[in-house]
Amino acid sequence: MFATLRHWFDERFNWDDLIAPLRHKIVPKHSLSYWYFLGGITLFLFGIQVATGILLLLYYRPGANEAFESVQYIMTQVQFGWLIRSIHSWSANLMIFTAFAHMFSVLFLKAYRKPRELTWVSGMILLFLVMGFGFSGYLLPWNTLAFFATKVGTEITGQVPIMGKPMMIFLRGGEEVTGATLTRFFGFHVAVLPGLATVLLLVHVLLVQRLGISVPPKLEVQWTANPSARREMKFFPNFALREMMAWYVALAALGVLAAIFPWNLGVKADPFVPAPAGIKPEWYFLFMFQTLKLIPSKVWFIDGEVLGVLAFGLVGLFWLLLPFFESDQPSRTKPWITGLAVFALAYVAGMSAYGHLAK
Amino acid sequence: MRNDLDVLRQNEHRAAMSAGRLTQPNTARRRMIEIFLGGGLIASFMSFLYPVLRYLIPPPVADLGAEEIVAAKLTELKPNSGKIFRFGNRPGLLVMNADGTYRALSATCTHLGCTVQYRSDLRQIWCACHNGIYDLNGRNVSGPPPRPLEVFDVHSRGDEIVVSRKREA
Amino acid sequence: MAILQNKPRPLGATHQFELAILLVLGACMAYGQTKNSCLDCHAALPDPLGVTQEKFSQDIHAQKGLTCTSCHGGDATSDDPDKAMSPKAGWKGKIERKQIPQLCGNCHSDPAYIRQFDPSLRTDQLVQYRTSVHGKHLAVGDSKVAVCTDCHSVHDLRAPSDPRSTVNPVNVANTCAHCHADADYMKGYPIPTDQFANYKASVHHEALAVRGDLSAPTCSTCHGNHGAVPPGIDKVQNVCSNCHAFQDQMYEKSSHKQAFQAAGLPGCVVCHGNHAIAYPTDAKLGTGPDAVCMRCHTPGDKCDQARAALLADLTKLDAAIKSADKTLALAESSGMEVSEARLGQNEARDSLTKARVTIHSFRTDLVNQDIQAGLKIAAKNLQAGKDAMVERNRRRAGLGVSLIAIAMVLVGLRLYIKRIES
Repeated sequence: MFATLRHWFDERFNWDDLIAPLRHKIVPKHSLSYWYFLGGITLFLFGIQVATGILLLLYYRPGANEAFESVQYIMTQVQFGWLIRSIHSWSANLMIFTAFAHMFSVLFLKAYRKPRELTWVSGMILLFLVMGFGFSGYLLPWNTLAFFATKVGTEITGQVPIMGKPMMIFLRGGEEVTGATLTRFFGFHVAVLPGLATVLLLVHVLLVQRLGISVPPKLEVQWTANPSARREMKFFPNFALREMMAWYVALAALGVLAAIFPWNLGVKADPFVPAPAGIKPEWYFLFMFQTLKLIPSKVWFIDGEVLGVLAFGLVGLFWLLLPFFESDQPSRTKPWITGLAVFALAYVAGMSAYGHLAK
Repeated sequence: MRNDLDVLRQNEHRAAMSAGRLTQPNTARRRMIEIFLGGGLIASFMSFLYPVLRYLIPPPVADLGAEEIVAAKLTELKPNSGKIFRFGNRPGLLVMNADGTYRALSATCTHLGCTVQYRSDLRQIWCACHNGIYDLNGRNVSGPPPRPLEVFDVHSRGDEIVVSRKREA
Repeated sequence: MAILQNKPRPLGATHQFELAILLVLGACMAYGQTKNSCLDCHAALPDPLGVTQEKFSQDIHAQKGLTCTSCHGGDATSDDPDKAMSPKAGWKGKIERKQIPQLCGNCHSDPAYIRQFDPSLRTDQLVQYRTSVHGKHLAVGDSKVAVCTDCHSVHDLRAPSDPRSTVNPVNVANTCAHCHADADYMKGYPIPTDQFANYKASVHHEALAVRGDLSAPTCSTCHGNHGAVPPGIDKVQNVCSNCHAFQDQMYEKSSHKQAFQAAGLPGCVVCHGNHAIAYPTDAKLGTGPDAVCMRCHTPGDKCDQARAALLADLTKLDAAIKSADKTLALAESSGMEVSEARLGQNEARDSLTKARVTIHSFRTDLVNQDIQAGLKIAAKNLQAGKDAMVERNRRRAGLGVSLIAIAMVLVGLRLYIKRIES
């Protein structure tokens, strides 16, 4: 029956031609092949975010007077509401983690080299978008921690010279973090960012399909010299089935996290209550937050915060354009980029740990 | 989600096809794998779908009830009397004045958090714990209370008295 | 230069700006000029006679425009000590302790005069003082007792609302203790000197000094201030009921009221003590060292049985609340949302507080009503906690089932991959 249906579709859609490239798609097989799973896992978690996000929209109400109560309602009154929300929150954190891991794996395997520069650029923008999702979504339950984290976060945006203040007012929907900010962030989180992310995701995945999967430069040199050494597996079904196993493992992890550690609701935000001591952003912003804290308040004649924000902006831009500094030849890749990647990974990990432990 | 399903269907299909095409001796073993995989897939999908379907059913209590609440029926209070109602997580006090107008205030005493009551003999709000007295505007008139009571908005809707938090200006 | 005269003229509101300027000018010119020659010397004198400009400027009287001569007389415009302090110029010198109340009363008992400064300020202090133990002793020539300046201080006398004032609620106890806790000084008076130490151990002191509750009682709340006398034995209840109104109502109707009155016992104080009133615990109803009932009652009699019943009731509700708290804390620590029941616990605690107040009626039936109400709420909250725990276990069971399904898929996939790749 399945075959008949498929045939029916094929006649009307030319389906087989469409998926033909997928059939011939291959995945290089080597000791580092496991890193190829990360992109797929991130995609899967994104799918979970879309599904649970839509479900949450059934009951969530934006607005300073209702947001907290509606999330509380989801957590206590709606059947399995706790599960949906906990999965949404945990999956968001896992997704950001896997997206970062994906970025670093691409960096270390040097998969961003020509002709995959655009894949890298689209991926980096996706990473920024994912962080935007995290930042905007964190405020939506309207609890004290989220309120003050948003206050601090948008305050930092305000440090950018010239553009900072208008940007902060744009983000906050006014001078202060209020119900208006919540409405905006809700809009960003459920409409603007998903739209942008979907387009970029399509571009990103399409590029991967068009260009095939990269091989680490060392192997590429070896395999070009000695084609018989080449090892690969078919994407369908061999790699896809393995990917599916990874997805199932991710699902199991999500289930365990959500059921045993349901995401905390916290206390409703009250703008008139003083900020709780040691307020910190979510872990994925911690390395930047900690850096800003460590920069002295005045460096030469520039304000320390401004300097930090500017530096992160420049580093971000540089990171986005990193592939264009790399050599075209697999045999002549630049070791300083790998060195930089090692340093960046150590820096992010170290600063995050420091920020987590610091009072 | 759909993406996931497609992959699955294809795989199942493939498995079925290869089962038909290949005729090898260990068909029993292959059969077992298929049952195992198929059963697992069905069971896992059930365990994903079940919570989602239950989630879609709206709960019986639809009212969030923290910002606005029906404190009493129109006929419930007599003039010059008061009633404690639940406002969100804290008690509120609804007072009907002798002239028939209503007032609603937080019923949590600002001194040590006891629940205050309306005293028809004093026409004031009284906290029994340490003899604190508030007037009908919530002002702390005498006794220990350090601050006034929060005053809520009251209006009638149909035959119900509705109390809501004062909107921030 | 109206402000430099002995008794200032009424100062109209329209003159306030003028007055401010004059004050500033006066302060600037105080040194070496003719304005206030008193401070020229007294600022340099050792303590009993020393008054600096800095100290005196803190005084409410100085701020209202009064000067040294307002109380001490004399001529502050003269630089010659003999002229400035000549009896001819009305100089009174050191005011005798015995004269102090009358001197202060000259102004403070004059409603027409005081009204110019603060229309709502009372003018009955001197009259009250004469009715006080202090005042009566002073009248018969005992000058050791407190006069106005002992409590209010002198030359740096601040308004009572100023937290630095010696008669601000937070400082009153210390001020009284200055004499009353000094055993040497109080020798010869038939009263103890441990009140301050006792008070410091009391729940009232804790409320006032630690929690900063300015409404909590200090010495003067029960003894009065200007008319300070210990409350009469039969009036103690009236003093306490100023704040403890419900307890008063209950006690008023209780059997103890008449019994204590007949025996000449001081009401509330019989069980709670006076200065060292501690936070009352249920142990008061017990038979241990803190117990009070059995000091009078005979073991096994009707009252002892009622006591045991009351104690049992309170203990039962207390235990029920604690047990619900424990279950709710456990549910909360495993991530369950029980904030509703957590808040409901406050209601149960309110019931317990109410029951403890109702104890003052000494009626088991009334107390039991409150206890039952509390028990009902606590049971509901306990159930909510238990439900949450059941729900937690259900979640874990559900997780287990889906994990088994996931494990099956993983094993199946692994075997399947192995097969198609072999």
